[in-house]
Amino acid sequence: MRGLWKLMWVEAKLFSREPMLGFFTLVFPLMMLFCFGGIYGNEPNDYFGGLGMVDVSVAGWTALVIATSAFMSLAVSAAAYREQGILRRLRLTPLSPLAVLAAQVAVLFVMTGLGMLLLIIAAKLVYGLRFDGSALSVAGAFALGALSMFSLGFVVAGLAPTARVAQVVGMVLFFPMIFLSGATIPLQAMQGAIRNYVKILPLTHVVGLLRGAWLGESWGQHLTEVAVLSGLLVVGVLISLKTFRWE
Amino acid sequence: MQNDAVVTVADLRKVYGPVTAVDEISFGVQRGEIFGLIGPNGAGKTTTIECIEGLRRPDGGRVEVLGLDPQREGDSLRPRIGGQLQESALQDRLRVWEALDLFASLYGKSVDWEPLLDHLGLAASRNTAFAKLSGGQKQRLFVALALVHDPEIVLLDELTTGLDPQGRRGVWELIADIRKQGKTIVLTTHFMEEAERLCDRVAVLDRGKIVALGSPEALIRELGEESRIVFSIEAGLDRESVANLPSVTRVEIIGERAIVHGHSERMMVEVVNALSGAGFRFRDFRTEQPSLEDVFLRLTGRSMQEGEEA
Repeated sequence: MRGLWKLMWVEAKLFSREPMLGFFTLVFPLMMLFCFGGIYGNEPNDYFGGLGMVDVSVAGWTALVIATSAFMSLAVSAAAYREQGILRRLRLTPLSPLAVLAAQVAVLFVMTGLGMLLLIIAAKLVYGLRFDGSALSVAGAFALGALSMFSLGFVVAGLAPTARVAQVVGMVLFFPMIFLSGATIPLQAMQGAIRNYVKILPLTHVVGLLRGAWLGESWGQHLTEVAVLSGLLVVGVLISLKTFRWE
Repeated sequence: MQNDAVVTVADLRKVYGPVTAVDEISFGVQRGEIFGLIGPNGAGKTTTIECIEGLRRPDGGRVEVLGLDPQREGDSLRPRIGGQLQESALQDRLRVWEALDLFASLYGKSVDWEPLLDHLGLAASRNTAFAKLSGGQKQRLFVALALVHDPEIVLLDELTTGLDPQGRRGVWELIADIRKQGKTIVLTTHFMEEAERLCDRVAVLDRGKIVALGSPEALIRELGEESRIVFSIEAGLDRESVANLPSVTRVEIIGERAIVHGHSERMMVEVVNALSGAGFRFRDFRTEQPSLEDVFLRLTGRSMQEGEEA
């Protein structure tokens, strides 16, 4: 157990030493906020049901951080650990493979959460962010969304033969999703037919559930999202465990 | 002594697709000795050591380490063995002291790793990131990580590959030191000089089979190969005056260079006496002993380099 804590601590320190990771997790969402907030402000608007641009977008930007962590960070670093022989070396120790995975997930989960928190604080201070939901509901939606996407990140790492391939696959999944899932461009801005197609993107359901929770809607109104994300989480974990390789 | 085997390998077999990497080999390693698996690349050394470490599952035969099966009883075994792997790395930005701190924490008993840093000459680089270490420093760090939990058996796979001669000597001293602490060492190398200097016993591997097993000295002696003395002379050496010496079997003279072949350890004294007695001046005098390299050549019909291509 002491080893697991130490491993998490080391992972956290390593995260802090990768400026790119810190930028995309912590700084980039703030840039989104100030860009869109600067252009549109956060005045109540009938188009957004009486809310402001920032109010309805925070959930999407949070999903953006989740997607970055899952498909850009986790998928690549998990594959790189395997490819470089870091896992091989750890395998000689009494550490279990689950602990290695758990440490990576835990640190990234906390960092992603931190990214969301910074975003919310800045939006509150600068744009008077409105919040009608329950913090617990938002935290739950965040946890389900993040963990289900992380499990897909591990699936990418597990199936990709090299870190390079994992990076390419991660990007191929990442870019369509951030633009088509409502994470960056509101779904309301899309034509009717497209709005049905984008439902096949996993991130669309993260955005939907997070936005619902943020606006104070009950989970009962979002059973589809909850079911899809829970299903992805279970399948993702199973495939990750099945495809986990020490080398 | 036979009862004190800490590693027993019996009829070990490992197959990768159509290739039989290890073909029913058997040997035992005694407590406290330095045992070498030697041979060209691709001979099966790494596969064998990784079966001992439990990283690979044998396709046949039996491996027992400290009385445990590395596959089924890995959890009990791993705290008692330490290893350095041929292909492994640490996180690029992980610092030396953090690596030791982390690995120490992965084992149940806590060990003070600070003296290890000093002992391995890593104290000055304790804050250096893994990616910034030189090849030799990385290898020393991996040795430190292999020792951090005070294991009974230390397994080293091609530890000195990629090091310059000076770095290699440093590592040799280190290995000798580890043995002094009473640990058993199993190492692989394709440097025959390294095996001769370090190993109490070696298993010579070729194409997955053991072609010779014993102490380097015994293997070389059994070879019955002649020693050679090589020196440069001024013109006019009377070949007979050297060739007739009791220990000498053959003399070659090529221009200024004389090569004297013979058996006994007295040959050098006899040759030097004969030359100076006859008033010949000679220079660049050196002896060439047969080596494990010659053992490999004799047993396989190929040199180590050819063995690698095979």
